[in-house]
Amino acid sequence: MEKPVLDIQNLTVRYGKTCDYCRNGGTLVKNTCPHCKTVWACSDVNVTLYEGEILGIVGESGSGKSTLMKSLYFDFGITEGEGYLRDFENGEVNIFEQSLQKKKYMKNHIMGMVYQNPLLGLRMDYSSAGNIAEKLIAAGQRNFEGMNRRVEELLDAVEILQSRKKEPPKNFSGGMQQRVQISKALANNPAILLLDEVTTGLDLSVQAKVLELIRRIRQEFHISIMLVSHDLAVIRMLADRTIVMLDGKIIEQGLTDQILDDPQQPYTQQLVHSLL
Amino acid sequence: MIDAKHYNFAFLDEGSKREIRRSILKAVAIPGYQVPFGSRELPIGRGWGTGGIQITLSIIGKEDVLKVIDQGSDDSVNAVNIKKLVEECTGVELTTDSEAATIIQSRHRIPEIPMRNDQILVLQVPTPEPLRIVEPKESVTKQMHAEAEYSGMWLSLFEDLTQYGEISISSEYPVMVEGRYVMNPSPIPRYDNQKLNNSDTLYLFGAGREKKIYAIPPHTDVESMCFEDVPFKTEDFEGKRCRLCGAQGVYLDEMIDESTGEKVYECSDTGFCRGRRERGA
Repeated sequence: MEKPVLDIQNLTVRYGKTCDYCRNGGTLVKNTCPHCKTVWACSDVNVTLYEGEILGIVGESGSGKSTLMKSLYFDFGITEGEGYLRDFENGEVNIFEQSLQKKKYMKNHIMGMVYQNPLLGLRMDYSSAGNIAEKLIAAGQRNFEGMNRRVEELLDAVEILQSRKKEPPKNFSGGMQQRVQISKALANNPAILLLDEVTTGLDLSVQAKVLELIRRIRQEFHISIMLVSHDLAVIRMLADRTIVMLDGKIIEQGLTDQILDDPQQPYTQQLVHSLL
Repeated sequence: MIDAKHYNFAFLDEGSKREIRRSILKAVAIPGYQVPFGSRELPIGRGWGTGGIQITLSIIGKEDVLKVIDQGSDDSVNAVNIKKLVEECTGVELTTDSEAATIIQSRHRIPEIPMRNDQILVLQVPTPEPLRIVEPKESVTKQMHAEAEYSGMWLSLFEDLTQYGEISISSEYPVMVEGRYVMNPSPIPRYDNQKLNNSDTLYLFGAGREKKIYAIPPHTDVESMCFEDVPFKTEDFEGKRCRLCGAQGVYLDEMIDESTGEKVYECSDTGFCRGRRERGA
């Protein structure tokens, strides 16, 4: 059987001290314990990502989608769980138990992240070229011309004019900022691309361009993508498989067409019908 | 010398000097690492070299010979005031000759004459943190040093090259010490960075306002940060010479001759220039 690029097992992220009630599976009110107020942002999440696939993650605000993504990118510490990356130590060690240096290595060599808010992923006062080069520098590159060439290749790939490479992203439109983020995330040819609501807040024509870019990137770079969105149209267009999250838990998963055309869970049915 | 009944030798009390010397020892043990210390009040404003003065006062002995320079000059207000303070409270001999001094306190320059192993150079530092230009928070820069996370510093160099075609930092050019810590060499010109590498002398850096001490012990690797294909460059004085002593291949100050309106050059290190002229005469 094909080895997954990423295998996450029983991932839990919680904020608070917990109590006997919530630890023993008591009913939570929106992922918050009514007794001790502990927030269970993600509970026992299991995810596998295979080579070259796009895995969609849908759910309402506060369902734990972004927490899952940021935990995978080591922006947040996790409470419990295991994770295995095929390209790190042959997928034999738990990535969450590694040193800061090794986590940094994984972030810079194996994964790329595009945040919903470009302010989290870009330095708005540095040039676009500098923003992309930051990822190359973090991976240990110290050849200026080599980095410059790579920056130009990446800007071409996301269709940003070379003449604008010295401009800071703050001068760019939202769609262009997302494209700079995507090129930065792709800089070191990562095996996994994490996309967190990349089209939120963009107008429809710009959204279409970004989505087309993601599709092209998957084909050209044969990269595995985890795509968080609350827009089911985006998920239908891009994702091969889809996970539905609610209150920090995965409630349904399967092939995208199956999930969207024949949802089994009441929440998923509500989600799909609200679109129609 | 001022009244010994009312003032301690070298102004600071022995406990303070001992604490500063301990911080210096730690700094010497970890080259390039910024050691926090309890910066003392002095009869001189913070930002006027109090870090350097506290180091000098803590290490100076009765037999030492002191030279103080400011931007290469022995006679500037800052240098003269510091010299007077140290002389008043220690009674040590003062000199303008770099070779005769056992301790040299300086701001903005390293003397032209190569320093020896029996000398110590104390540099005054306004902003000890080299990462301040990329990160305003002290807690974050400490973490960055701990993790050797210097991408931001490299990025600022990359940005300079992208925007201007060259690195535009003229002074405080960051250096990598022993391949571990990025360090601010104090506001010396780029020309002086090379003197820090594998030097015979001990360099001590004191920042009174920021309460930090750091050091480069003798024979330490100090490399100015640069990309593989963009070598580090110093200021270029090709074809220029000091109008007073005729020296070439030294760091020169550029000025305008008021009578002719022409650009002229003089040695920045006034002690070195005076020495050359006296020997020539």
